[in-house]
Amino acid sequence: MFSSPFLTKPSSVSQIMLQVLLALIPGIALYVWYFGPAILVSIALASITALATEAAMLKLRERPLRPFLSDNSALLTAWLLALSIPPLAPWWLVVVGTAFAIAVSKHLYGGLGSNPFNPAMVGYAALIISFPVHMTHWLTPHPVGHLELSFVQQLDYIFGGVLPAGLTLDAVTMATPLDTLKTQLHLGLSVNDIRDMPIYGRLAGKGSEMVAIGFALGGLYLLIKRIISWHLPAAYLGALFITAGIFHLIDPTHYVAPLFHWFSGAAMIGAFFILTDPVTSPTTPKGKLIFATGAGVLTYLIRAFGGFPDGMAFATLLMNICVPLIDAWTQPPVFGQKGGGK
Amino acid sequence: MRPIHAFHGGVHPPTHKDESTRTPIVQAAMPGKLVIPLSQHMGTRARPMVQVGEHVLKGQKIGKPEGRMSSAVHASTSGTIAAIDMQPVTHPSCLPDLCITLIPDGKDEWKEHHGMDVENLPHAELRHLLRKAGVVGMGGAVFPSDLKADAHRYRVRTLILNGAECEPYITCDDMLMRERAADILRGAELLRELLQAEEVLIGIEDNKPQAIAAMRQAVQDGGRGRMEVMVVPTLYPSGGAKQLIRLLTGIEVPHGVRSTAMGVQCFNVATAWSVWRALAHGEPLISRIVTVTGNVEHPQNFEVLIGTPLDELVAQAGAKPDTDRYIMGGPMMGVELPSFAAGITKAANCIIASSPALFPPPLPALPCIRCTRCAEVCPQDLQPQDLYWFAKSSNFNKAQEFNLADCIECGACAYVCPSHIPLVQYYRYAKSEIHERAQDKQAADLARERHEFHQLRLERDKQEKAEKLAQKEREAAAKAVASAAPVNPQAATDDTQQIRIDAAIARATAQAAAAQPQNTTQLTPGQQAEITEIEARRAKIRELAAGAGAEDEPHKQ
Repeated sequence: MFSSPFLTKPSSVSQIMLQVLLALIPGIALYVWYFGPAILVSIALASITALATEAAMLKLRERPLRPFLSDNSALLTAWLLALSIPPLAPWWLVVVGTAFAIAVSKHLYGGLGSNPFNPAMVGYAALIISFPVHMTHWLTPHPVGHLELSFVQQLDYIFGGVLPAGLTLDAVTMATPLDTLKTQLHLGLSVNDIRDMPIYGRLAGKGSEMVAIGFALGGLYLLIKRIISWHLPAAYLGALFITAGIFHLIDPTHYVAPLFHWFSGAAMIGAFFILTDPVTSPTTPKGKLIFATGAGVLTYLIRAFGGFPDGMAFATLLMNICVPLIDAWTQPPVFGQKGGGK
Repeated sequence: MRPIHAFHGGVHPPTHKDESTRTPIVQAAMPGKLVIPLSQHMGTRARPMVQVGEHVLKGQKIGKPEGRMSSAVHASTSGTIAAIDMQPVTHPSCLPDLCITLIPDGKDEWKEHHGMDVENLPHAELRHLLRKAGVVGMGGAVFPSDLKADAHRYRVRTLILNGAECEPYITCDDMLMRERAADILRGAELLRELLQAEEVLIGIEDNKPQAIAAMRQAVQDGGRGRMEVMVVPTLYPSGGAKQLIRLLTGIEVPHGVRSTAMGVQCFNVATAWSVWRALAHGEPLISRIVTVTGNVEHPQNFEVLIGTPLDELVAQAGAKPDTDRYIMGGPMMGVELPSFAAGITKAANCIIASSPALFPPPLPALPCIRCTRCAEVCPQDLQPQDLYWFAKSSNFNKAQEFNLADCIECGACAYVCPSHIPLVQYYRYAKSEIHERAQDKQAADLARERHEFHQLRLERDKQEKAEKLAQKEREAAAKAVASAAPVNPQAATDDTQQIRIDAAIARATAQAAAAQPQNTTQLTPGQQAEITEIEARRAKIRELAAGAGAEDEPHKQ
């Protein structure tokens, strides 16, 4: 015997996650356009690893496989992690990172819905701490006109670790635009000098700025579909912009303009796809604003003053810790207790 | 135009109202028997006042209200009382309840009845007539109307007539408003008079244009300047009493507060109609409009005698063969009925014949992903995802802290949950656990109080006994000293010493009894203040708990 309500809206976790995956496609398409198809190899590797790890962990935890394997949440973790790892990296890097994200950060904490930390960001953090060198060799975008490997040569390197004779990894890759900015600033160059370098485009890094725009478009789709709430991306991008803006106003030769920060690194994918993970973000509207503002400020501080080129992952993880506290602090008043009423 | 004060959240389930509004209300056929429950209202069950074998007339009282919160029950037609026993009733608990079974004689012969001079009777008399006529809230909460039509010490400004009917499938109020608008308003005018309210606001969802037109026409034709029909957007659960009060007046009635204390009272349109029939025509509440819909050939509204067995009623709408259960009420808040034979009650606004195809069994639940779609639709501004977590982990204190008691169980959260978690069931479980614990605690408190008093009495008796003994011995010693010369001075000294010792023991016992528990002897003023405050709070809670039962009727559509 059942009890009311007898009606439910036809929606499911699986559909929600699928929508998020679909929303990543414009960004991925632009990624392929500017950097070649190697990223698709990473995504495929990560997806397979994620599903395999998910299945193994479910089996170990004696949970049913079907409902959880089909909820698409492991796939989403895999895609987000693959997108934050350099495509031209040994195959095991993606595999280790994804397996760690799913096994440790998700299932050891209780599986879907119970993980306090964003699994993709935990995977990224584990990799950048354990394999920092592998994590810094990024592909050069086509418009820079740099020497590039063919797709077959890339596959040779990913799976065999072999580069064409006479080439070093450094010759065919580069640091990210954010990383370059940081190193050059250390070398004493001014922001304007650095921005004139060929790897930079109108907003930020050539190619990568377009990918960021792609993710932002996907994010807008999620906003329109009401799959994510506006609070998180708005507060995150707002806080990042304002913090960067203040420093930029104080000293424009040392602190790059806020728009550069928006379209560099993981800011856009983070604002729309990573912070918005419902499991690891606050539930109250006010809490979401606090959480994302904190992440925005932290991202900037890590980028400008920290040891890592990008701060998105660590900012997210640090704010993830605060979520229970934020939720407890920001409980909205219930019906009849708003003091409003009459 | 008054503004509409939108409430937070709400959902748009498919309404399925068109099916049952294509034909006018029809009189349901006279059933072979009537099973009339004696407990059809909130409060104490009515007491049967007829004998098996007795012949009764239509409208004759067969159940007498018992106690303040109760209501009368009447014979829905003329006939013979066949049984007074426990029968399955339209209650989700499956527990049978006392019912009177009446075999109709087919004459449908009325007991002598007449309307009252409603203009001139004193208010107390009118309320008494409502109680005698068995008029209760017909939106589903079946709260005795005579009690609700009394403002008590409060000044009620606004009377709200609830015609929102926000639940899918249900159309009985819609049809009633279309067909009997004038009488509804006459009843509303009487209720307004009883409450001394200044205005009557009639809330109707905008998916009932014909009802709105009919009611507006009736307001105009009746020259009812104090009444206004207000159209509210179709958004479940706008017919919840709290939500409708907010929509029409902007007032939010908090949990545990009577709406009358905030100057508002809310009645269902069907109740207003019944009030008019009862007072102006002397007809007790012996029938109601019931929507029969769902898995039937001809969904429509029937005027049904109270006590009509469910299956006899549903058969008239042509139940399809794969019907496997009946739902009383709507699909959002209705209850699945355990028996097809139970009689229609005053609360039965809608019977949905259900089949596995119409309402498929719920999908297996996945873990909560904290997506907060539930919080977005909660009309009570709760955080359902947190309440679910607390209920699931039996963390009931925390659930209370997060205002579980404010949940009206409208089901909007469960409706939107992408993980298909039966949220309302978790809340019902937590609420019943909390209720049970409160009762256990009350029982334990009582037992402790008794025990403490018992201890105190024992101590007092002992002390008194010791006192008496000491007194006696002192007297005896004094006598001995006075009368006899000290033959053996040693012995005498021993005696007096013994007396002294006894006295000292008695004193010590007395002191011990008088002494307070050690940890409360040396209190700082701060601690003392805290204790007083806690005591005051306890007293307040006890007071609230005693009063809470009566006031918080979820008057739902």
